[in-house]
Amino acid sequence: MSSATQSLPIDVSNLCKAYGAIKALDNVSLNIAAGEFLTLLGPSGSGKTTLLMALAGFVRPDGGSIRFGDREMIATPPHKRGLGMVFQSYALFPFLTVAENVAYPLKVRGVSKSDQKTRAERALDTVQLGGYGDRRITQLSGGQRQRVALARAMVFEPQIILMDEPLSALDKKLREHMQIELKALHQKLDATVVYVTHDQREALTMSDRIAVVNHGRIEQIETPERLYRQPHSFFVADFVGESVSLPVEVANDTAQLNGRVLKSILPIAQGSGGHRLVIRPELLEVTQGAVPETANDLSGHVHDVIYQGDSVLVIVQHDSAGEINVRVPANRAGQTGLPSKGERIGLALHPEDTIIVPEHAS
Amino acid sequence: MSVAEANEGTGALQNASTLKSEKRRESLTFLGLSIPAVFAILIVVFLPVIWLSSLSFYNAAGELSMENYARIFESALYRRTFVVTFQISIAVTVICVLLGYPLCYWLTKLPNKTAAILMVFVLVPFWTSVLVRTYAWLVLLQRNGVINSSLMSMGIIDEPLQLAHNLTGSIIGMTHIMLPFLVLPLYATMRSIDTDMVRAAVSLGSSPRGAFWRVFFPMSLPGLFAGIVLVFILSLGFFVTPALLGGGRVQMLAQRIESTITVYSNWGAASALGVVLLLLALLMIWLMNRVFGLDKLFMR
Repeated sequence: MSSATQSLPIDVSNLCKAYGAIKALDNVSLNIAAGEFLTLLGPSGSGKTTLLMALAGFVRPDGGSIRFGDREMIATPPHKRGLGMVFQSYALFPFLTVAENVAYPLKVRGVSKSDQKTRAERALDTVQLGGYGDRRITQLSGGQRQRVALARAMVFEPQIILMDEPLSALDKKLREHMQIELKALHQKLDATVVYVTHDQREALTMSDRIAVVNHGRIEQIETPERLYRQPHSFFVADFVGESVSLPVEVANDTAQLNGRVLKSILPIAQGSGGHRLVIRPELLEVTQGAVPETANDLSGHVHDVIYQGDSVLVIVQHDSAGEINVRVPANRAGQTGLPSKGERIGLALHPEDTIIVPEHAS
Repeated sequence: MSVAEANEGTGALQNASTLKSEKRRESLTFLGLSIPAVFAILIVVFLPVIWLSSLSFYNAAGELSMENYARIFESALYRRTFVVTFQISIAVTVICVLLGYPLCYWLTKLPNKTAAILMVFVLVPFWTSVLVRTYAWLVLLQRNGVINSSLMSMGIIDEPLQLAHNLTGSIIGMTHIMLPFLVLPLYATMRSIDTDMVRAAVSLGSSPRGAFWRVFFPMSLPGLFAGIVLVFILSLGFFVTPALLGGGRVQMLAQRIESTITVYSNWGAASALGVVLLLLALLMIWLMNRVFGLDKLFMR
C-alpha cells in the first residue's frame, strides 16, 4: 500500500456508557499510539466490544471524549469517521462479487471506475487473493472470506482499522496462521489497529500492547510480555495464560505462604481483597534433589502425570498449600528423572518468576 | 491371503450389501409416506383440472372446437374483464408494497418482543375469514357507513364519498386481505439480514441512506419478490371481495367465470376463461422467476 496516509493516535478519555444499571464502559481512558496494534482483551460482557463500537460510532456513549489525532469524534456519525472495520461475521455483501465488495468503500467515495479496479486488485494481492476478484462470496472458504473482509477494510487506506474478533469463526490451525499474517500485514500498512478478542493467546501473539478489559474498566494495559510476567491483579493473571493460585499473606512488601517468606524480586501491586501467589506451570523448575536456597520451595508429591503431546502436565500435591500444576517439555531433557505417581518431586519457583497479585486491582 | 483376512473381506462386502438394501428400504418408506398426499392431489386437483379444462375445447353443440377461446379474444366484454383484472391486481400489489415495505422495515428495527406483538396485528386479520373481513369493510365504507358519517359529522365533507360498490372499494378490501401475504415473506427476509451488513456499509463510508439502498434494499429483494408474486397471483383469481365490495360494477376474471356458469350455464366458456387464468398465473411465475430468480429466496 502507498504511504500517502499517516496513521493516527487515538485518545479516549472518561468514556461512559450504561445499559440500565450495568456499566458497559465505566470511565474508560486509553491512549493508543499512532501505528500501534492494540488489543482489547476480555471475557464476553466485559465491555470490550462496546468500547470498539463506541470508537466506530455505532454505540453512542453517555459521556467522555474520543479523539483521532486532534479531532474530537464523539459526535461524528460512523460513516464520517473514515475507519476500516472488520466484523466477526465478515459482513461481506453476498450480492456483490469479491472485487465489488473490496471496491465498495472506493465507490462510495467517488473514486473512478478504473482506479477502483486497480486499487481493489492491489488490495486483493496484499491479502494473497489475487485473481479471485470475479468470484462470488459464496464460493469462498471461511479463511478467504476473512481476507476479503480485510482487503475491503484497508483498500481505502484508512488511518485506523478496527477489528471485532475477526478470526473467531476460523478453525484453530487457520486462526493461528492468520494471526501471524495479520501481524505482518499491520507492519506493512501504516494504520493504527484496535483489535478485540477474548482469546488471550491471540492477544499475546499479535499485539504491541494489550488492554485487559473487565466490568467496563481497563484492568491493565501493557506489552504482552510484561502483562504475562507482571500482572497487576488476580483477574489479569488468571485471564492471561495458565496458572494456579494460592492465597498468601502480605505485610511490609513481603509475602508469606503458610508462614514461609516468599522470595520475589517483582513488585507487589496495590489492591484490595488479599493477595495471591500466581504459579505459571511452565515457570516452575523440577529439581533433582533439594531446592536451592535462592528459590522458593514448592515441593510435594506427584498426584498425576498427564501426557499432552507437546508437554507433560504434572499435578503435584503440595505439602500444605494444595494442588500445583507443573508443565514439563515432552522431550527427553524434560522427562529425565521425572518421578512417577505418588513419588516426591522437588519444585523450585525462582524469585523472578514469583508473581504476587492483589485479588482486586486498586 | 490368510483365512482371517479373507473372512474380513467378505464381511465388509456382506455389510455393504446389507447397508445398500437398508438404504433402499428407507427411501421406499419415505415414498410410501408420500403416497396418500400424492393420490389426494391427483384426485382432488389434477383430475378435476384436466377434466374441466377439456370442457373448454367443446362448443355448445358438444363438438370439438376452439370457439370458446376465439370468443375470449374477440369479445370486448371479455377483453374488458382481463384489463380490469390486471388493473386491480397491479394496483393492489403496488399499494401492498408501498404499505408493507416501510411497515416491515420499521418492525425489524424494533426489539424482537415488540415486533412479535405488532406482528399479531398483521396475523389476526390474516386468520379471520375473508368473508367476515369483506363485510366489515362494507360496514365501514358504505354510503352511510362509519367513515362517511364521521367525516360528515366533522364537517370535512358535505356528501358521502363513494367508497363501496365500485373499484375503490374493491381495491381497499383486497389490499387489506393481501397485505399479510406481502408482509410475511418480506419480514422474514428482512429479519434474516445481518445487522453487521448495514454497519459494514456505514463504516466503509456509506451514509445511512446510502447503506439502506446499496445494501439493505438489495438484500431484502428476495422477500419482496416472493411477496409480490404471492399478492399478484392471488389477486388475479380473487373472487369474494370484488364481488361484494365491487357491487356488481367491478367484474374480475373469477366473477366472470362464476356468472358464465350460474347465469349462462356455459361450462365451455367458463372453462376456457379458467384455463387462460391458470396459464396467466403460470406465466407470471415463470416471468418473475426469469427476471428475479425465485431460487434467490433460498440463497443465504
